[in-house]
Amino acid sequence: MILQIIADGLIVGSTIALGAIGLTMTYSLLRFANFAHGEFIAWGAYLALTFLGFFIALGGGGAMAPLGPFSFGWQLLAALVAGAIATAILALVLDWLLFDRLSAQGSAIVLTIASFGAALALRNFLQFVYGTLPAYYTRELQIAIHIVPRDVGGGLRATPDQLFVLALALVLVVGLHLFLQRTTAGRAMRAVAHNPALARVTGIDVASVVRWTWILGAILAAVAGTFAGLVGQLRPQIGFDLLLPLFAAAILGGIGSVPGAVIGGLIVGLAESAAVPLIGAEYRAAAAFGVLIAILLVRPQGLFAERAK
Amino acid sequence: MLYFRYTRNVPHIAAHLSGSMLQIRDLAKRFGGNRAVDGVSFDVHKGAIAGLIGPNGAGKTTLFNCVAGLYRPDAGTITLDGNRIDGKRTSLVHAAGLARTFQIPRPFPAMSVLENVLVGVPGQSGERFWANWFAPTRVAADEAKARETARAWIDFVGLGALEQAPARVLSGGQRKLLELARAMVADPRLVLLDEPAAGVNPALLEKIIDRIAEINRRGTSFLIVEHNMDMVMRLCHPIAVMAQGKLIAFGDADSVRRNPTVVEAYLGGAVA
Ligand SMILES: Nc1ncnc2c1ncn2[C@@H]1O[C@H](COP(=O)(O)OP(=O)(O)OP(=O)(O)O)[C@@H](O)[C@H]1O
Ligand SMILES: [Mg+2]
Repeated sequence: MILQIIADGLIVGSTIALGAIGLTMTYSLLRFANFAHGEFIAWGAYLALTFLGFFIALGGGGAMAPLGPFSFGWQLLAALVAGAIATAILALVLDWLLFDRLSAQGSAIVLTIASFGAALALRNFLQFVYGTLPAYYTRELQIAIHIVPRDVGGGLRATPDQLFVLALALVLVVGLHLFLQRTTAGRAMRAVAHNPALARVTGIDVASVVRWTWILGAILAAVAGTFAGLVGQLRPQIGFDLLLPLFAAAILGGIGSVPGAVIGGLIVGLAESAAVPLIGAEYRAAAAFGVLIAILLVRPQGLFAERAK
Repeated sequence: MLYFRYTRNVPHIAAHLSGSMLQIRDLAKRFGGNRAVDGVSFDVHKGAIAGLIGPNGAGKTTLFNCVAGLYRPDAGTITLDGNRIDGKRTSLVHAAGLARTFQIPRPFPAMSVLENVLVGVPGQSGERFWANWFAPTRVAADEAKARETARAWIDFVGLGALEQAPARVLSGGQRKLLELARAMVADPRLVLLDEPAAGVNPALLEKIIDRIAEINRRGTSFLIVEHNMDMVMRLCHPIAVMAQGKLIAFGDADSVRRNPTVVEAYLGGAVA
């Protein structure tokens, strides 16, 4: 039982972590809580669905031939990449239309409210385009495989898809970490996150760094959305439902800290999955809220407070 | 409080004092009703180490912030080597050849000394989005070159042993040196130093003075705000004096020292 709870928590948590990274990055660079980030997750998931149809048609139509033990074929991987790119473009357009203009004169509160409005508009538009019924990437049913036998810690079962999600999330997080620590652009991003005014004085092109942030945040959000759709189902509220866990994870980790967002995401995921046997599945979403309240009371700066005061 | 001592003369290189590096004309900046900078005009010639002094709150840092592009002036013009820079974005001003340090040193605390200096290297293609995808070899070459330059300056200011240390562990004086290296790595034509001597121990200060003089001999111009009169008198020529937002004197050390308006301003009276 306990191993299963941990495994489920890590799988949910990896999706939350990917979303929270983007949220924490936009917060630390642009200094506002972007409520539209959840909609990048939803749009990423649905854009991938559209591209999936396109790639399946391209491959001659019919059913998608699964890759090895997974429920999906190469078409879904291609759709994942295409959906992520399209979501990045969506984020850049939104920045150009809204946030860039407002941040020139507006305060953080104006940007936050604007992002709230953008979230509503994006969600309604999504429902208008795709409808409100649940959708699936694949109808293939997956059998969970035994990873740990039942007599060890209650056993552990997971589907190959779930393992794929976990592994790819890990690869993306490590990749992002290396990008931030090892590359010129990553260094510039960290500098702007720490102190935008100082970064400007040292000659860093902040506008370009902001563009990077939107692109990376949106890509990770789209992947998170596709993951959520792959191990569950696609619903238009998928982004909205993830918003609270995302904020809980980002704040828990310490706003601005990418490793913090990852750890925070995993903790929130674990709390959610532990809530199921403890207080019942219907209160699962309350777990994230509980975590959020607890951090705000105990350690409001989060686990890894990064920003210089 | 007011003591001007003339301990040692750093030889000036009058030879290449030709043309204006920085031209400030009728510069004004208000904060609400407070005229922090109030119609200031002066020039810094090419190759000069100019000084800017004045009592607390005179408007020196505000003037720096206007020149560096942090504040948009309310009036007046600023010209760097013939090009207008007033109201331009800081990154553009930086690219035009102007680097600065801060009165209170501001490193990126979590970044290493090397990384702190690296962010000051201009024109790194890796900072631009598309270059990373379409010109990866150029990005790699730029990064390698930037590291080499940054290391050279870190060694020059004597922080070589601390290259990998996070900037938060540096002492006040070491932070000043770090800022100097970060400013210099851009190969600027003009450097604005805001109180490079503040909080620096005498031995380290001698070193900073040495370094400034040496960098200047390689052709870089300086404008230095400083309360340490000893350092100003030794290093700076000419010296501009501000009080209550206005320029009240401009000239060499001797003339400034003898100027009754300057003495009056320093002794706490209103500007005559
Ligand atoms: N950001 C700001 N907002 C409001 N007022 C400011 C701001 N910066 C400076 N001032 C005011 O402008 C005036 C000039 O300040 P400034 O920092 O330029 O003085 P300074 O000559 O550098 O003094 P010091 O030698 O103490 O550093 C002061 O009256 C100060 O209160
Ligand atoms: Mg000052």
